[in-house]
Amino acid sequence: MLKKLLLSTVAIAFVATIQPAEAAESRVLKRIKERGVVNMGHRESSVPFAYIGKDGKPIGYSMDICNMYVDKIRKVLKMPNIKVKHVPVTSQTRIALMANGTIDMECGSTTNNLTRQKQVAYLAVTFITGTKLASKKGSGIKEVEDLNGKAISLSQGTTNEKAIKRIMREKGLKIKIVPVKDHPQGWLALETDRVDAYATDDVLLYGLISKSKNPDQFQVTGRFLSYDPYGIMVPQDDSKYQRLGNVLLADLMRSGEMQKIYDKWFNPGPTGINMPISDTLRVAYEIQALPH
Amino acid sequence: MEFSYNWDWSVLLCTVEDVEIGCIAPYFYWIVEGFGWTIAVASAAWVIAFSWGSFIGILRTLEAPIWLVVPFLKPSMKYKSSVIETGNGAVMINIGWFLHGFATVYVTIFRNIPLLVQMFLWYFVLPEVVSKEAGMWLKREMPLPEYWTAVACLGLYTASRVGEAVRAGINSITQGQHYAAMAIGLTRVQVYRCVLLPVAYRIIIPPLTSDFLGIFKNSSLALTIGVLELTAMTRQIDEYSYQTFEAFTAATVLYILVTAIVMFAMRIVEGRVAIPGMISLGAK
Repeated sequence: MLKKLLLSTVAIAFVATIQPAEAAESRVLKRIKERGVVNMGHRESSVPFAYIGKDGKPIGYSMDICNMYVDKIRKVLKMPNIKVKHVPVTSQTRIALMANGTIDMECGSTTNNLTRQKQVAYLAVTFITGTKLASKKGSGIKEVEDLNGKAISLSQGTTNEKAIKRIMREKGLKIKIVPVKDHPQGWLALETDRVDAYATDDVLLYGLISKSKNPDQFQVTGRFLSYDPYGIMVPQDDSKYQRLGNVLLADLMRSGEMQKIYDKWFNPGPTGINMPISDTLRVAYEIQALPH
Repeated sequence: MEFSYNWDWSVLLCTVEDVEIGCIAPYFYWIVEGFGWTIAVASAAWVIAFSWGSFIGILRTLEAPIWLVVPFLKPSMKYKSSVIETGNGAVMINIGWFLHGFATVYVTIFRNIPLLVQMFLWYFVLPEVVSKEAGMWLKREMPLPEYWTAVACLGLYTASRVGEAVRAGINSITQGQHYAAMAIGLTRVQVYRCVLLPVAYRIIIPPLTSDFLGIFKNSSLALTIGVLELTAMTRQIDEYSYQTFEAFTAATVLYILVTAIVMFAMRIVEGRVAIPGMISLGAK
């Protein structure tokens, strides 16, 4: 009798440990389980990665991936009713909100770099871009060297700002920098002739042009001035949770599903951005499609 | 709530990403540089706010007519009550109502539009509504366009608040002093300069201190038009290093330090200049 009781207790304890095993070892999965909610941090104007759609809800390429991530979490935790709470973030708030546990993932257009990895972790690279210049057609600006003696606007604290300043230092270029708060203001500075060029990730430049009043007036020129791989940002030191996302991405990339999601948003995409997949990104998909 | 964050105060002293080369550009310099701009914006804006604000405040307290002498002008019937012929070919026009009205409209507009919106209007809208040449000058040729736009905007905004403080200070002085000063034969300028203003400024030291602290803290809004002041630099360090909390802690300490020093100093000044019997801290 006692033996039986003991056995069943052990059995129950064993079964109890099996099911939430994923959750037990993962800090983030544990808190999602407890809350019954995934807090999805998202950008609001990173077209077409994460932006506010016509119905007021965030949509985009990164949002699609994040929603699949949540589905995966639902499956693993066997909790199909996990809700999603959207938390808008900016480039200034994303790191603090992730560090203090407010958001469980950040979906937008965040560059994955080694410095940032000291505070956060990233899923597999889902987009590859780099710094380019946008200028008015007929301005004669092709490369960054043509800007010597002219003015450029740069978003404060971006990897693009870093890249331009580094090139200026290396080549001894004299370019007047007009720091701006965000993309819309940088674009406004270019539109109103306050500056001769605006530099940011080329995909964002195409997005800004497609949304401007006079798309024909502007051009994106020059070589890539930096290498900016984007990734979904997740809390650090939680490899179980991070792996879950990477399994999802590997599956998507292997099955070709990823290419379909890409085409949905970029080729030509709901905002008319019209960017067929680049060779670099296609190779990145292939390399990251790890086998089971 | 959990907090998964790697504290690393050394970022303020060293950029870690260039660890092989060593400290090539300590972020602390950025903070110092940003702090310098904050002080530069706040103090220049305060010069505008204090002088222009005092002028506006005084205009709002004017009651009796102010006569402007205009030679060779025929008075029209319509404004007869505010126009006097001097007899030697000139007329005197009462512009008191105009000055008073101007000051009131000014305060209403500048105090009621959010500062953030005003910054945007000065920086992005003004160059588009003036002539093309003037607009280009504002945008390209003007030295330090972001800085001077921020100073003008912040100064003119705070002037409306200072103006109200000055008006309240003057109005709080009993009419008897005003009449007594006039009775001994002082001109209106002398009444203000020798009697009303010296008392009014002492009374309004506390609200003026608040306005100064306000201008100091509001200078952080200059980052929206690209002035790399303390908050902007802090954000930049945050973006570059992802060490959010260290950067903002350093900025917070600096802001509190300056405001505390100003408050302490103004309390001493207030005690020193207090007039016994008037509402003031030093008059206890």
